[in-house]
Amino acid sequence: MERKVVFRGKALPLALLAPQLLITIVFFFWPAGQAVWFSFLRQDAFGIRSTFVGLENFTDLFADPLYLETIRNTVVFSTGVTVIALATALLLAVLADRQIRGSGAYRTLLIWPYAIAPAVAAVLWIFLFHPQIGLVGRALNGAGIPWDYKLNGNQAMLMVILASAWKQVSYNFIFFLAGLQSIPKSVLEAAAIDGARPAYRFWTITFPLLSPTTFFLLVVNLVYAFFDTFGVIDALTKGGPAKATETLIYRAYVDGRVNLDIGLSSAQSVVLMLVVIALTAIQFRFIERRVHY
Amino acid sequence: MATLDLSGVQKAFGATRVLHGVDLAVADGEMIVIVGASGCGKSTLLRIVAGLETPTAGSVRIGGRDVTALEPADRDIAMVFQNYALYPHMSVAQNMGYGLKIRGLPRPEIDRRVRDAAALLGIEALLDRRPRQLSGGQRQRVAMGRAIVREPKLFLFDEPLSNLDAKLRVQMRAEIRRLQKRLGVTSLFVTHDQIEAMTLGDRLVVMHQGHAAQVATPMEIFERPADTYVAGFIGSPAMNFLEGVLAGGGRAVALRAGPTIPFADGPRPGPDGLPLTIGLRPEHLRLEAGGLPLAIDLAEPLGSETVLHGRLPDGEALVIRLAGPAPRDGTLPVTLPAEHLHVFVAEGGRRLDPAPA
Ligand SMILES: Nc1ncnc2c1ncn2[C@@H]1O[C@H](COP(=O)(O)OP(=O)(O)O)[C@@H](O)[C@H]1O
Ligand SMILES: [Mg+2]
Repeated sequence: MERKVVFRGKALPLALLAPQLLITIVFFFWPAGQAVWFSFLRQDAFGIRSTFVGLENFTDLFADPLYLETIRNTVVFSTGVTVIALATALLLAVLADRQIRGSGAYRTLLIWPYAIAPAVAAVLWIFLFHPQIGLVGRALNGAGIPWDYKLNGNQAMLMVILASAWKQVSYNFIFFLAGLQSIPKSVLEAAAIDGARPAYRFWTITFPLLSPTTFFLLVVNLVYAFFDTFGVIDALTKGGPAKATETLIYRAYVDGRVNLDIGLSSAQSVVLMLVVIALTAIQFRFIERRVHY
Repeated sequence: MATLDLSGVQKAFGATRVLHGVDLAVADGEMIVIVGASGCGKSTLLRIVAGLETPTAGSVRIGGRDVTALEPADRDIAMVFQNYALYPHMSVAQNMGYGLKIRGLPRPEIDRRVRDAAALLGIEALLDRRPRQLSGGQRQRVAMGRAIVREPKLFLFDEPLSNLDAKLRVQMRAEIRRLQKRLGVTSLFVTHDQIEAMTLGDRLVVMHQGHAAQVATPMEIFERPADTYVAGFIGSPAMNFLEGVLAGGGRAVALRAGPTIPFADGPRPGPDGLPLTIGLRPEHLRLEAGGLPLAIDLAEPLGSETVLHGRLPDGEALVIRLAGPAPRDGTLPVTLPAEHLHVFVAEGGRRLDPAPA
């Protein structure tokens, strides 16, 4: 049944929409528009004069081998975060679903990391992996494995991936658990009677039925890895060593805030915006096409 | 095709005891219907046979082999669920072929068997559809098809017709019976519907609070119910129960409602004054001059018959089923025919048969 409320006149609906529209305009369209505008400008170092340079910022950007390196870092980083966060969460959700259907306590425990601020999370990971004072870091060095994420770029990358993934696991877990619990038990029982062993059952029944959830989380996690991991990277490695953990979002920050190259930084923001738009478009297309079972 | 033997099957969920020791021997090719009120443990019993639940005590043997400890996959059974439990992301053909694929049958063999089963059920045209594109009745058929392609030792049905509308239910009921006879597969069919039970089963198991109250053919159960629960459960409208005591040295019952009726089939063992419950089916009561006055308070005309609800002078309720139209109200004389009495001991409700001569 469809219920429509019809307003007489325009004043009331406009008044009701105004706060939402205002917030979106002030905090999204205005800065976004500015970023687009700035990406066509070049400012002097003091921010006094700016000249219109067309697409020059963009061509500079993609001609810069360091920027291409940043793209590579971002791909490695996002893939790592997404795969690890999804796989770990799915594993935990399957275990939780099997053991204690719907148990609240387990769920609450697993959601905690999500509520921890990036900086605090980073401190936790430093306590674990710092080469001199970290528990794991010291143990690794003690066992003869040279561990220092402040010198070794790969180790630094591994650490920011793990820390970022860890923060996202709880979010994914909740969705996977809900997805698993919405699969009718009798369907899995029918498969068991049909002769399917647990592993086969998982890959032929559970996993396909979970695919709408998985796809949704895939996009959410990619967006998270692209944009929301700034805090973790900043607190753990500051993009180092030698820019080994500098992702697109971190580089945009460094160029704009530290190097004060507003034009270049804006161009990078525009690139990132396009990425989000693409991801969102894919997601909507997919959801539209894929009717739910 | 196989026999099925349950012995002393018990089940408790934590402190809740659901089954209190069920024994059942099913012959090869037999169709057994497990019937009982909702919550009496029918599904639990079926799920124990399937291997989806583990019994707390007792054993399950299929074809003579003890399967109590085996997984569902190792029991070679098929089950049709109430909600059909089709795989939503697979086509009808894939749904039906899933179990065969797991068994490693070659592709052409799977296709052949799926097509044969589909032809048997009249669903050839649906093989490429997804379950969500099917009506309830079609899903039901697919679920049946998934069970029969496997050619299992045992069919298990858990209220498979409950989600269908009345007309389709009657049609599918007949179809299931024909199919089962034709394939000759030993079957357990769970239902809460007594008509379904009576029409489908070679034998019925009437379950009551985790016990098998009676295991017998439908007619035996109808004619000689083992206790007041079975007597009241099978038959519609339900059997009337009147209070009375044993009298005349066990040869008669003195009803609270007034008359003393001699037993037509012989004296019952027990002391005079033993409290009894007397059962009388509504269709066995007659309106005849000289009977007990029955104050009618409701008449239900059903076309070919009429059901009258009334009260005897001592306040006991009585239901009568009469062929054709009947008076709608007033007080009518009703006679209680001695040859149709069912005698039960009031305490516990067990049937009390004549002492063997
Ligand atoms: N997994 C379970 N845990 C706890 N109690 C259960 C479980 N399954 C069934 N029961 C209880 O066992 C009783 C019998 O259930 P069931 O066999 O489903 O009844 P029926 O199929 O005859 O309606 C019910 O009281 C039900 O609440
Ligand atoms: Mg049930």
